[in-house]
Amino acid sequence: MTIDIDSWVRVAAFAGAAFSMGLGAIGAAIGEGFAAGKANEATSRNPVYSGEIFKMMLVGQAVAETAAIFALVIAVLLLFAVGGTISMITAAGLLGAGLSMGFGAIGSGIGSGFPAGEACSGLALQPEMNRSITTTMLIGSAVSQTPAIFAMVVAFMLMFIDFSASSPHMISALLAAGMCMGFGAVGSGIGSGYPAGSACAGMARQPAMSSRLTTNMLIGAAVSQTPAIFAMVVAFILMFTNFSGLPLHPTSAAILGAGIATGMAAIGSGVGSGLVGQTSCEGIARQPLSVTPVTNIMLLAQAVSQTPAIYGLLISFILIFKKYAPADNISVSAAFFSAGLCMGLGAIGPGIGIGYTGSKATRWVARRPESTGDLTRVMLVGQAVSESTAIYSLVISLVLIFLM
Amino acid sequence: MAIEGIHIIHAASFLGAGLAMGLGAIGPGIGEGFVGGKACEAIGKNPAEAGLLTRTMLVGQAVSESTGIYSLVIALLLLFVV
Repeated sequence: MTIDIDSWVRVAAFAGAAFSMGLGAIGAAIGEGFAAGKANEATSRNPVYSGEIFKMMLVGQAVAETAAIFALVIAVLLLFAVGGTISMITAAGLLGAGLSMGFGAIGSGIGSGFPAGEACSGLALQPEMNRSITTTMLIGSAVSQTPAIFAMVVAFMLMFIDFSASSPHMISALLAAGMCMGFGAVGSGIGSGYPAGSACAGMARQPAMSSRLTTNMLIGAAVSQTPAIFAMVVAFILMFTNFSGLPLHPTSAAILGAGIATGMAAIGSGVGSGLVGQTSCEGIARQPLSVTPVTNIMLLAQAVSQTPAIYGLLISFILIFKKYAPADNISVSAAFFSAGLCMGLGAIGPGIGIGYTGSKATRWVARRPESTGDLTRVMLVGQAVSESTAIYSLVISLVLIFLM
Repeated sequence: MAIEGIHIIHAASFLGAGLAMGLGAIGPGIGEGFVGGKACEAIGKNPAEAGLLTRTMLVGQAVSESTGIYSLVIALLLLFVV
């Protein structure tokens, strides 16, 4: 049975559409469910304001829905609107676009649900803050949508830029770019939602701290976005690097590994940084006097939780820019691909763990600023231990790249 | 590119090493982070016991680390011994 290239392109487009919509529907539904649950909780606490709470829930859910709508648009385009030059590179681009959008919509959908739900709770607690809570909720949800927008941009580029004249390395480069952006958006989407949610809750608890809460929410969410930006940068590099002088094997496998390394490594760091941002907003709402130590320890803890994503980025750059000798057997390709997979997977847990440690330290610095020194020390020690498994993964990756 | 048995075995051991270390690092990373977080909470509640709490945290983390080290050992065995 021989299958012509035209059929492969259609197979890739249909599979991409399925990935895009199937995966893309996960996050928005979870986020909207969280918002609706919180809205019910809020209504039972303060039934007099049920109308306002209902309105807030619908607005919040509409923003969370955006991520799924992006996925729907990409899926429909993949089904009907794609044409142009037909080659295996086109097929890889279409599948990559579906993967990018599908995975990329998960985090933003979940993340946007947090501010929506917390805004409903806040409204029940402090109805006269309606206007500023709504504004904060909209800003926070919009920031959480950013990774999905990155994923959509990458998906559009993969679908509509004609790469078919490039070397055959582009087949794996386009797939890798799609996976990198898709995976990389998951953590940042969820992570950006955490500070946005606790800023909405904090505004209801402590209206006087509104402007400071907005500032900390934006800083916290911006740092959580960094891993998604790493992933976008690597996706662009993969799309626009000219690999044509290099041997097809093992470069293709190394390129795939490079995409997976940064993409997966971004998941943990995105979520971890978000956890820290969440308790920093919570802390300054509870203890307005602790603003300075809380912001300081938030930035420190977020910086440490970025390290696993940076290891992923490092491995990706090595894999992309290394000069490969032609491989005479499959094991060389496997070693490079495995290096990327190892670093990507290995960075997920430490990223989340480091963020969790940082979040608890931030919470207790807010409550007990006089113990900042002790808390910072134990936080850093705890984070260093949690980091160790990411370092093992880095070592194994480097061994796979340079010794095998 | 000829595919021979020995090369498939090497490829499998490289992939296995990457998967072993990569997947094996997820659990300890989260678990140790959880221990660290709870230690910060405990020191926040009772700063006078900071020394004792740090020691307990480190012992707990060391135990949680063990599965990460098992993964590392298996990955190194797959790469250099098997």
